[in-house]
Amino acid sequence: MTTEEATTARARPEPIKAVPVRHPGRWVAVAVLAVLTAMFVHLLVTNEAFNWSFMVDKMFRPPIIEGLLRGTVLMTVSAMLIGVTLGVVIAVMRLSDNPILRGVAWLYTWFFRAVPRLVLLAVFGNIGILWSRVEFGVPFDTQLGQLFGIDNLQLRLFGFSSRDILTGFMAGLLGLALSEAAYMAEIVRAGIQSVDPGQTEAAQALGLSRGQLLRRVVLPQAMRVIIPPTGNETIAMLKDTSLLLYVPVSVELFFQLDAVGKRTFQIFPMYVAACLWYLFLTSILLVGQYFLERHFGKGYGTAQRARARLRTLAAETGGGGAGGAGTP
Amino acid sequence: MTELSVPQQAAAPTSESGLMVRAEQVHKSFGPLEVLKGIDLEVRSGEVCCLLGPSGSGKSTFLRCINHLEKIDAGRIWVDGDLIGYRERGGKLHEMRDKEVAAQRQAIGMVFQRFNLFPHMTVLQNVMEAPVLLRQAKKAQAREHAAELLDRVGLGDKLGAYPGQLSGGQQQRVAIARALAMRPKLMLFDEPTSALDPELVGEVLDTMKDLARDGMTMIVVTHEIGFAREVGDHLVFMDGGVVVEQGDPREVISAPQHERTKAFLAKVL
Repeated sequence: MTTEEATTARARPEPIKAVPVRHPGRWVAVAVLAVLTAMFVHLLVTNEAFNWSFMVDKMFRPPIIEGLLRGTVLMTVSAMLIGVTLGVVIAVMRLSDNPILRGVAWLYTWFFRAVPRLVLLAVFGNIGILWSRVEFGVPFDTQLGQLFGIDNLQLRLFGFSSRDILTGFMAGLLGLALSEAAYMAEIVRAGIQSVDPGQTEAAQALGLSRGQLLRRVVLPQAMRVIIPPTGNETIAMLKDTSLLLYVPVSVELFFQLDAVGKRTFQIFPMYVAACLWYLFLTSILLVGQYFLERHFGKGYGTAQRARARLRTLAAETGGGGAGGAGTP
Repeated sequence: MTELSVPQQAAAPTSESGLMVRAEQVHKSFGPLEVLKGIDLEVRSGEVCCLLGPSGSGKSTFLRCINHLEKIDAGRIWVDGDLIGYRERGGKLHEMRDKEVAAQRQAIGMVFQRFNLFPHMTVLQNVMEAPVLLRQAKKAQAREHAAELLDRVGLGDKLGAYPGQLSGGQQQRVAIARALAMRPKLMLFDEPTSALDPELVGEVLDTMKDLARDGMTMIVVTHEIGFAREVGDHLVFMDGGVVVEQGDPREVISAPQHERTKAFLAKVL
């Protein structure tokens, strides 16, 4: 107590007013950047190839907006929903005690991560070549029928023509969602593995089954690790919808812009329009991701605990401050 | 799959004999390292059994074998007359399914060194989660019981707090309440005060003393000699994977028979 009083009694020294370190390099960089920016703006304004008025005129046309809403936004949302759900299932399989499930999950992630998305989409776009009709029922029914002497036995429940279902949007969705599930599975697996094994043990000791402890204890805690990379995946998915051009999916932003460009021989302005649209859409997602990460970054854990501790500290000292921090 | 070598005459003890836990020739290895080299132990109903020993002596591992968090390589463990982890049929042992093991664990409470509370749930949710999930009680009943238990451990005013906002001692008391919520017939404590600041050890030990006074059967791995002397009915000193010495805590602590016990106690006391 006496030493504390002694320190508070002494006059507070003057605040430090020091000459800051100079950074001449920064000024050079500013100068270089200013010149480069001026050159770029000059290019944008003077170069005829941009054809700005044409671009602005075309990029808000109804088919393009429809492609943006259905082929880009709706496709991103649907593919991510299926991808995340399936990804969680595969991650849980991958971490299961059952060697069959583990093997299947490994095989799945191996295949869908090893084949490039573009190639995958081209394959799914042409998968109708394998079957003209897709039907569900007893497998190998015709062959089994022949074994028992029945000609052309058909045990089918329902079916559809590939041309109706397995083209365009559905084929694209299938390709993107299945490929996304493989990446999400790895993210979810990392999330699950990041949870303290003590949590699993505590839940086991209480008598919870594996499913129960996964659902109630492990997955909610894994979310903190899973959410931020899932945001990245969503942004990547939005950009990858442009690959649907190769399925092909006609009601899609890049397909439409590309088509307009090729039809009018004004290909470059339409590609610039594509850049602007994707920049706009991903920027919206980036803002969303920022808030999402901030939300999950605090929650429980160090930040909250630190704040709670500060609050109790403040309550204890009661503002009747040692040190007199308030005086300017 | 696991070949258990134990003399056949070992008959399952019944709960009538007053034995809560009976372990026979328990062996456990992690890879080439043999951690338990034949542990025999009997704990009567209502008894407080303290496991003492230097670190690495296998006492925590043995505790984890009792609720099958670790699979034993040889020997048998019975809790309240039930063989743990296996079913004996026609002179052969069958591994139990996960569900059956989980059912056995419901009757055995466990408290960990590092509390292992669920950080995403409030204190009340932590305590009522298992009874509700395992349909042992209706939600309202479970809530009432949980609040009662938390009151008993002196945390009746912290129901809505998250574990991260509590001190270590408070967290450990919540963990005790969480284990009690399943109405276990046996409680296992794995160094419950080792991760606590010295000034917080007392509150947890007091809670455990209350529990012992109420007649709970407890097996406590601990370094708290004072607790063992005051509350323990039985003390087991382990070293190098074997039981070196056991008996009445006061006698063992004041007049240890074995050299290793003497050396250990000299260091701790």
